[in-house]
Amino acid sequence: MAGILVYSENSKNAHELLTAATIIGSALGLEVRALSINNDTQAEDLAERCGEVYRIKEDSLKLSDTSAMASILDQVVRKLNISVVLLSSNRRGKELAGRVAQILDSGCLTDVYGIEVRDDGNIDCFRNGLGGLTVVSQVIDTEKKVIAIVPKIFEAMGNKITGVIRDVEVDVRSSGVNVVRTKTKVRDAVDIETSDIIVAVGQGLANKDDLPQVEKLAQLLEGEVACTKPVATDRQWLSEERIIGLSGKKCKPNLAILLGISGQVQFTVGIRDAKTIIAVNTDENANVKHISDYMLVADIKDIIPELIEKIS
Amino acid sequence: MNIIVAIKQVPDLDYIRIRDRRPIMEDVPQVIGDIDKSALAAAVDLKESAGGNVIIVSAGDENLEDTIKEGLAAGADEAVLVKDARLAGMESSVIGTVLAATISKIENGGLIIFGEGSADNYSGQVVSRVAQILGYPQVGYVNWIEIEERVAQATRSLENEEETVEIPLPAVMSVVSEIKEPKIPSVSSILKARNKPKRVYTLDDLGIEIPENRYVRTVINLAPVSQRKGILIKSVDELVKVFESEGIIRR
Ligand SMILES: Cc1cc2nc3c(=O)[nH]c(=O)nc-3n(C[C@H](O)[C@H](O)[C@H](O)COP(=O)(O)OP(=O)(O)OC[C@H]3O[C@@H](n4cnc5c(N)ncnc54)[C@H](O)[C@@H]3O)c2cc1C
Ligand SMILES: Nc1ncnc2c1ncn2[C@@H]1O[C@H](COP(=O)(O)O)[C@@H](O)[C@H]1O
Repeated sequence: MAGILVYSENSKNAHELLTAATIIGSALGLEVRALSINNDTQAEDLAERCGEVYRIKEDSLKLSDTSAMASILDQVVRKLNISVVLLSSNRRGKELAGRVAQILDSGCLTDVYGIEVRDDGNIDCFRNGLGGLTVVSQVIDTEKKVIAIVPKIFEAMGNKITGVIRDVEVDVRSSGVNVVRTKTKVRDAVDIETSDIIVAVGQGLANKDDLPQVEKLAQLLEGEVACTKPVATDRQWLSEERIIGLSGKKCKPNLAILLGISGQVQFTVGIRDAKTIIAVNTDENANVKHISDYMLVADIKDIIPELIEKIS
Repeated sequence: MNIIVAIKQVPDLDYIRIRDRRPIMEDVPQVIGDIDKSALAAAVDLKESAGGNVIIVSAGDENLEDTIKEGLAAGADEAVLVKDARLAGMESSVIGTVLAATISKIENGGLIIFGEGSADNYSGQVVSRVAQILGYPQVGYVNWIEIEERVAQATRSLENEEETVEIPLPAVMSVVSEIKEPKIPSVSSILKARNKPKRVYTLDDLGIEIPENRYVRTVINLAPVSQRKGILIKSVDELVKVFESEGIIRR
């Protein structure tokens, strides 16, 4: 029987992919298989969640070598008669997806945040179109399909079975990429996606010294501080985990307060599912007004202290 | 060694209006996406250490030369373009083939830089497809690059870590926007851009036919339904009242 293959170097993501794979697999009659590369713990964890786990142990195979990794996936896909490859749409996964798809001469979709299997066997994949302006549903028409799914969309598969682990022999073709050093990013454990109230700041916040005020406001409202991409990546005032939008997180809070944010589509796509949106902006024509329930045209430098005072 | 930058012509998203949930694409100006501008700025920075030219490659419709002019003004030395009305919004598998064929026409290309994702489709697929077709090693989501003779070092910015790799050239890289802030071209560089060399190919020139069967089919493309109140408020007091009525704070 043909199969559906799950792979991510990130075990949590892989467990989520197993849930997605089970949905697709049972609708299309595909057997779910998981792949684990140079990670025995992961292979064992996967075997508690998936009937068949394929394990590769090859010291010369490096995650950082996307070319070599893609070639391995191709080999496994052919060996196991796989028709659907599910990868994580994290950065490594997205990079891998396009290369695997090219080797397999297949269609590929990344950043997929919803899946529906149709009666005719098509897998409808939902993703952002036009930078987030639209929601697109797309179908891959090639025999083999590569789909990269956004983390945290599907529940992780629980451990409830005893699957088998089988070793697979592969031929490693290094492309000469070698890791010189790795540096752990400063982790920020915040989870803005599940926060009920969000206080988001944009480049309208002129001074880093005003950030504690924003944090104070969020604290008073029992919410989390989030931000637009440039605040985290260009200015590096807040961690990348706090970015809302196309290349950040998709949030559905009850209330979002947007401070000094212009409301460009790549940001808006991450907050438009909020129940209520309040914006404060000096420019009354800023795009953010189209996505707000309430807009206050004012300088956030004045507004934040006054607001803190009035709600304390 | 030349540095090649892949730049995509995209509709300016700020000008797309929505009618009956459908995006209206008529009369929307074509621009270069922000991340591709950063990719170009990074390439211009590396020019000296590479000791060659910065060459733009792009595949798009009739407006392509006009759009790419901005890239030439921002520091690229030449452009190699593939122009065909059918290339606007074309799927990644075809664009990958077209770009790889275009890049093969350029001599002494050592490093090919892409944006991590295009401003409209944002899939990051084209990068990896081109790398595979050319058989080059690749490193994605890069925020730092240094070139030394026939190898480069680059730092891949992942969710939880930064991974610096050594990669033999020629190679393909995709960069994140923070690698370099794009420069706004001066008037004199805009004027000079007009005289920079440009090669324009058709799909026929490259011997590429667009396959009849698409790899990916778009079934729905609609703006989400959004119903916002759109109420203008005038003071912090009113804002506090909104908090109260929304049950955020209680008095
Ligand atoms: C492929 C791609 C992906 C992207 N992904 C994301 C993403 O995931 N998330 C994201 O946020 N962006 C993303 N971007 C960037 C996005 O296009 C915008 O550049 C960004 O959202 C703008 O951030 P901003 O609103 O903070 O800044 P700006 O656009 O500079 O807006 C600042 C706003 O503050 C207002 N202002 C200024 N001073 C004050 C004041 N004193 N008081 C009140 N208001 C003031 C201004 O009127 C303005 O409206 C992406 C871009 C691309 C091309
Ligand atoms: N038609 C095109 N012409 C030139 N470069 C492109 C084209 N399409 C995509 N690219 C490049 O590939 C990157 C990723 O695009 P995408 O795969 O669409 O997200 C972009 O940032 C560009 O550098």
